[in-house]
Amino acid sequence: MTGADVLLLALGALAVGSGVLVVATRHLVRAGLYLVLCLGALAGMYLVLTAELVAWVQVLIYVGAVVVLLLFAVMLTRAPIGASDDLDRPGWAAALVGGGTGLGLAALLVDAYRWTAVELPEAGTAERLGDQIFRSWVLPFEVLSVLLLSALIGAIVISRPDIGRPKAGEPGTARSRTGGPGPGGSGTAVGGGRPGDDGGRSR
Amino acid sequence: MRPVIPYVTAALLFGLGVYGVLRRRNAVLVLMAVELMLNAVNLILVTADTTVRAQLPHGGQVFALFVIVLAAAEIGVGLAIVLQLYRLRATVAVDEVPLTERPEGER
Repeated sequence: MTGADVLLLALGALAVGSGVLVVATRHLVRAGLYLVLCLGALAGMYLVLTAELVAWVQVLIYVGAVVVLLLFAVMLTRAPIGASDDLDRPGWAAALVGGGTGLGLAALLVDAYRWTAVELPEAGTAERLGDQIFRSWVLPFEVLSVLLLSALIGAIVISRPDIGRPKAGEPGTARSRTGGPGPGGSGTAVGGGRPGDDGGRSR
Repeated sequence: MRPVIPYVTAALLFGLGVYGVLRRRNAVLVLMAVELMLNAVNLILVTADTTVRAQLPHGGQVFALFVIVLAAAEIGVGLAIVLQLYRLRATVAVDEVPLTERPEGER
């Protein structure tokens, strides 16, 4: 057991422990905060594994951006403050499948690697990593930029229901509005909005 | 460095992610569990980068960076869908989403 092993064990225990709390806690906001702990512990593991660029990208994008987005979504969906009892589905099937997957993969990897030791490469890999990205992997890198752009546009189109809806007074809107109210209070907006949407595209 | 430690950590995190996706009702919590699974894959990739001698150096770390970018795109679109679902149905419970019912008047 070297120092790296002890660090990896401690950070791994922290990551798994906070991961358990993410999927088990009854507080929505606390799940996001435990996720920060889990992702931070993983960034520490990347640092020990001499992948410092991945570690800092993890801190920037995951802890900085993704968790903040998730917490925004928690607050925008009017999550209750305090414990809520309706977060989980009942049943042991999830525990069976999840535990089976995790323990099965763990048994497979333990069987493959046993207790062998590997020399860690020297630290300071960021320069060589950038070299690889912009030489061998430059085409996937560019494709990823296109993917990010399309995800951006897709998120905007999804969250703006007025895009593609016909103007008021056009025949498609009038027909669908007389089609009767949809199911439930908020469902009325669906029944009114979607057919108008459809009529606008079919023209 | 014993590679079995980060590998087992990643396997357990992936199992936790699967459990969370299947167990949780709240769509935001389902997305958090998906993040756990993606991070488990990233840990596998980074560990394999240090333990396996590949022809191209640092392929694992490059792939981990790519997966992080994909996860960022996924979370953006996923949260847009969740917020739109909340605006239409006033709920984010994934088992209350009707899969077969069509909105009234749709052709």
